[in-house]
Amino acid sequence: MRVPPGVTPRDFSDAIKQWGEAVGKEWVFTSDEDVDLYRDSYSPFWHEDEEPIPSAAVAPDGLEQVQAVVKIANAYKIPLWTISTGKNLGYGGSAPLLGGSVVLDLKRMDRILEVNEKNHYALVEPGVSYFDLYRYIQERGLKVWIDPADPGWGSLIGNAVDRGGGRTPMRDHFDAHCGMEIVLPNGEVMRTGMGALPGSKTWQQYRYGFGPYVDGMFSQSSLGVVTKMGFWLFPEPEAYLTGTIAVPRHDDLIPLVANLAYLMNSSIVLGTTSVGSPLNFVRDPALAALRAKPGGASTQELEQYAQEKNLGYWSIELPFYGPAKVVAAQWEYAKEKFSAIAGAKFQEGATRRFPLDPKEPVQFPGSVAMGVPNLSVFGVGAARSEGHVWFSPIIPMTGEAVLEAQQVFTEAYREMGLAMGPLFFLGPSSNYPRCFLVLFGFPIEHDIEKNRKNRENFKRLIQVAAEHGWGEYRTHTAFMETVMNAYSYNNHALRRFHETVKDAVDPNGILSPGKCGIWPKHLRKAQA
Amino acid sequence: MAKTFEKGTGMKNARAVVLVLFSLAFAAPTFAAPDDAQIERGHKVYDKWCFPCHGTGAGKPGTDSLRARGQKPAVLEERTDLTAPVIKTFVRHGVLFMPTFRKTEISDAELDAIAAYLTRNNKP
Repeated sequence: MRVPPGVTPRDFSDAIKQWGEAVGKEWVFTSDEDVDLYRDSYSPFWHEDEEPIPSAAVAPDGLEQVQAVVKIANAYKIPLWTISTGKNLGYGGSAPLLGGSVVLDLKRMDRILEVNEKNHYALVEPGVSYFDLYRYIQERGLKVWIDPADPGWGSLIGNAVDRGGGRTPMRDHFDAHCGMEIVLPNGEVMRTGMGALPGSKTWQQYRYGFGPYVDGMFSQSSLGVVTKMGFWLFPEPEAYLTGTIAVPRHDDLIPLVANLAYLMNSSIVLGTTSVGSPLNFVRDPALAALRAKPGGASTQELEQYAQEKNLGYWSIELPFYGPAKVVAAQWEYAKEKFSAIAGAKFQEGATRRFPLDPKEPVQFPGSVAMGVPNLSVFGVGAARSEGHVWFSPIIPMTGEAVLEAQQVFTEAYREMGLAMGPLFFLGPSSNYPRCFLVLFGFPIEHDIEKNRKNRENFKRLIQVAAEHGWGEYRTHTAFMETVMNAYSYNNHALRRFHETVKDAVDPNGILSPGKCGIWPKHLRKAQA
Repeated sequence: MAKTFEKGTGMKNARAVVLVLFSLAFAAPTFAAPDDAQIERGHKVYDKWCFPCHGTGAGKPGTDSLRARGQKPAVLEERTDLTAPVIKTFVRHGVLFMPTFRKTEISDAELDAIAAYLTRNNKP
């Protein structure tokens, strides 16, 4: 049997016995065969001793059981690593950051406690996936939309507290939450916002409650175990319309993004869109040859190629949600704005009406933007993929920033000996308001040397980004320390504050040690 | 520390085994005949857990991946050569970008039911 760090085998045996009494022996996993199911399927440490493997897993079902498990862990000072559905692949999956931690698996807590059609909200437990809530809503014919993360098996709570994003107007998942129930490291239960008022009628409607607003401290956090969370839902819209704008010249990116920012910040466009180039999708030997020239293709050559092929140099697809008349008017207004860019072309997509025709496939590519969860994102690179991790910096929502990021990361990739074209990344995307998220996929392979090299490159990119004022919004457990190190303003004042809070709230350091580079006191020196 | 977490060779070797199984396509048909209720249970579990990746229609990465590797048919529900041990190995150990599934997600009993469903058309 594996044993957590700093815990005697005897104490661990006692704790396991007590957990069994609290949750049922069958829900305490200690055999290698069962515990191995908690390893990160996309671990960048495959076949290496550094891979953090849990010592056990315990799966409570209900608030009282979570409290009991946490109290026992606290009594024996056993590190717990909390997961919800455990499918956070690319960011650590169900595996802990600190090897030997016991995984606190909340998947069995999968109750949908309320879906309110009048005020458009839901209250759920951590084991509820996007698929689960979508199915629940469809079976009852409720006129509300969820906003799924790209992988539909993700947890609403898990994704929101990891500050994940989606694609509809409710796409900033933590921002869409309203009210939390949290088990603290001493086993005490706390409710935030209006939930702190016994008998409150507005827990899922007014998020702030009274006094300091603490919800954010339980996101990307190791201060508590979230056992319930409310989410605002989007009223099922009448229609969904997309319109694509293509512009002919490289420098048109500047006004293209400026107009996009205006429309988004004015709440005329509310959804995820990405700036891309139609040239990325061209499979033409002539274009490949142009790019393969020493020094690559010049901007003028690419502009000329795009013009000859009647393609845009850049394009964006705008999503509109709402009454059919309103979305049509919004698109008309957008066209007016973008017409100021000489040569801009417009293409209107099909208008979708809701509810969807029952003859439509249940899940289809692009359905996530219409509130229908699927797993199609795993098709990215699926032909040879053994997994991936994401490098994901946030950059300003300006054309200048996109061009700078392109130049900086192209250069960084070249220095690292990695292949990348001149128009390289997925995105930049508006998953969050007022900024762009840029995603770079790094493959995971069952090859120690390649993974080591990839880890080095990943850390180098974190550094390069930080040197240019860009930071990651979220990262795989393997890189949390490095990313937090980059958030170093005033001698790491933010991390020192987090450590002060951690020591006060979780003095035994039992919850998710090392998460986001925040270590409990007794492990801090060893990690420094 | 390394000793504390002496890594079981279980999973990594199992993944290697899975890849071998994958490359050899699928083993001999099973001869067990599960009852209809078990098959129906399996169908429900399959729809919940497997269909989003292995179902029919566009945007099903598992189906697309099997098709890209020349597996015919690529849709698992249409296969008649899967065996319960092979199905269970894939679910518990994953393969390529397919992750492992824990017992809190798919219980052993549910996994038996999936196996019953996916082997329902096997010929004796």
